[in-house]
Amino acid sequence: MKLTKLLTSAAVALGLATTAMAADKTKVGFVYVGPVGDGGWTYEHDQGRKAVVEAFGDKVETVYVESVPEGPDAERVMTQMALDGADLIFTTSFGYMDQTINVAKKFPKVKFEHATGYKQAENVSVYSARFYEGRAVQGHIAGKMTKTNTIGYIASFPIPEVIRGINSAYLHAKKVNPDVQFKIVWAYTWFDPAKEADAAKALIEQGADVILQHTDSTAPQAAAQAAGNVVTFGQASDMGEYAPFPRVSSIIDDWGPYYVARTKAVMDGTWASVSTWDGIGAGMVGIGEISDAVPADVKAEAEALRDALASGEYHAFTGPINKQDGSAWLAAGETAADFGDDGLAGMNFYVEGLDAEIPN
Amino acid sequence: MLRLEKRPQPSRALSLSTPLIAVVVTMIAGGLLFAALGKNPFEAIRTIFWDPLFGEYAFYYRPQLLVKGAPLILIAIGLSLGFRAGIWNIGAEGQYIIGALCGAGAGLAFYPSDSVFLFPFMVIAGALGGWAWGMIPALLKVKFGTNEILVSLMLVYVADQLLAKMSLGLLKNPEGFGFPGSRNIADWESATSWIAADYGLHWGVAAAMIAVILAYILLNKHILGFNIRLSGEAPRAARFAGVNPTRLILFCLGTSGALAGLAGLFEVSGPSGQVNIDFAAGYGFTAIIVAFLGRLHPVGILLAGLLMALTYIGGDIAESQLQLPAAAIQVFQGMLLFFLLALDLLTNYRVKFAIQGAA
Repeated sequence: MKLTKLLTSAAVALGLATTAMAADKTKVGFVYVGPVGDGGWTYEHDQGRKAVVEAFGDKVETVYVESVPEGPDAERVMTQMALDGADLIFTTSFGYMDQTINVAKKFPKVKFEHATGYKQAENVSVYSARFYEGRAVQGHIAGKMTKTNTIGYIASFPIPEVIRGINSAYLHAKKVNPDVQFKIVWAYTWFDPAKEADAAKALIEQGADVILQHTDSTAPQAAAQAAGNVVTFGQASDMGEYAPFPRVSSIIDDWGPYYVARTKAVMDGTWASVSTWDGIGAGMVGIGEISDAVPADVKAEAEALRDALASGEYHAFTGPINKQDGSAWLAAGETAADFGDDGLAGMNFYVEGLDAEIPN
Repeated sequence: MLRLEKRPQPSRALSLSTPLIAVVVTMIAGGLLFAALGKNPFEAIRTIFWDPLFGEYAFYYRPQLLVKGAPLILIAIGLSLGFRAGIWNIGAEGQYIIGALCGAGAGLAFYPSDSVFLFPFMVIAGALGGWAWGMIPALLKVKFGTNEILVSLMLVYVADQLLAKMSLGLLKNPEGFGFPGSRNIADWESATSWIAADYGLHWGVAAAMIAVILAYILLNKHILGFNIRLSGEAPRAARFAGVNPTRLILFCLGTSGALAGLAGLFEVSGPSGQVNIDFAAGYGFTAIIVAFLGRLHPVGILLAGLLMALTYIGGDIAESQLQLPAAAIQVFQGMLLFFLLALDLLTNYRVKFAIQGAA
């Protein structure tokens, strides 16, 4: 850059206050918990943001801040976006819940969308995806693929979201392989490549030849690749760079359509506070290409399961299912309710057969 | 060729001015970094340093400076006492967490009490918690001669695990649908540390200001402060003067632990609002930078804490408005410490230009 050009721009920057954004542009803000390059959770939210840009072009302006800690910093970042004229703000981590509600109170005209939480308000919607449907498909493939009958699971935090995933994967693995065992490691992080790699190695040493992960980095994939004979699944994003092996399939979060629809609603003035919980059927949860490392018959079964979940013909939690302590949860043919006692939203128990304890 | 020559005495003028020079050099180097990223460097620097103070929305950011700066200052004041005496408490982050856990736990045990004694009780519990966590490395050092740097640092990871355990167990909000995290203390009138949230005022801000004043008096007017300084600058002389190193170690680690614990309590019952797995945001480690940036002097620490807060707040604004990556802001903050330490050399050494071979 030439010095004169620098100085001119300095004069402009110092002399003039940043000119107000063209008023007809809809401004959409995104608050991310990880870096956009995490290859998982935040990466997919950023893909959603890009989908918004692509859909509306000049009519929108998107801004994002990455790696925002869940606490007062998040509140400040949201406030700052609202002050800067954002019309719609997506806060994309569970830990932003109270902050989102606080800031929303101060800016009644700004719309907020909080991912995976449960507190709604006049101008705060909540949205989440039924990832457990994807876990059912993974569980099926995992149960068929394991030779040691030991499946490792890298869990993040013991919250209902994660516990639902473990239960769903276990139930469907067990269905096709009654001898299957789950070993669960709690990493207490959503994204920490070093910790995730350690967890994966520990599980492999304990005899796991399939690893499921509820953390966002590709480190477990790399650890499995190094081990040579361990099957993995992509989490949040496709992680296709590890296909066809060790990564044999994946759960993909596809936020794009939802983000586009909600932005459109703000533009049209039809935005209203809603609670959205969509699965494979609505396209919010995608099942990544099942690779050729999976035998053709298993692949066909898994795809049939996926389609049955998508059409609503089959529910991932269909009775008879007992809780871990042996007490009855769902009677034969009964499906789990979303809310209420023992509902999916607040699930805090393991199903029968899991040999582990939920940390508390 | 450049040569370094030791000064007979550290330069006082440079000692005071190097922090400022470091800030300026950071601005220049950071500006180059931002330019290399294709952003206008002047706009970036202005967004980070000017906008939060005097920009359009300064009315919101100025109080935020206090909120962000207060825990840094409070912790750094405590650390500086030990650092001056050559006692290295690196584990303030752990003491901060334990203070928050004890304080919040003491309060939540009486939920939903509206007693006026509740908040003072939490303050005492928070301070005691941090103090006790700081006393572990202190006692181990005194009794067994362990290294307080290692012990205090390792205890941070223990505290981290306790925090996760409490967020998922004992302190978990019984009405939280099974999600981790305690009740929101900030919404609980008799337990919150907020005085006036719109002005960024909470008891932690008040405590930080009081700590600055007391530390100043202690170091300049009190024999204990003199002993601390003496032990750091001339350990042998201190021993001849009858300074009891054991008492000094207990005092410094205990006090810095208590102040870090207080910072944690004020944070958890105010800006943060709840005990949660991710509650610790690194204040205990950043405070080490603040202590050195402030030259271990109470007033210096006050200014340094506000400056650090400014780079955080301005950094976030720059990220969102200019779409700078978070990593660039972190590099920028790292540069500040790097240049400060590098320029420290000039306080003790003089740079001589010599023609090669002539020496």
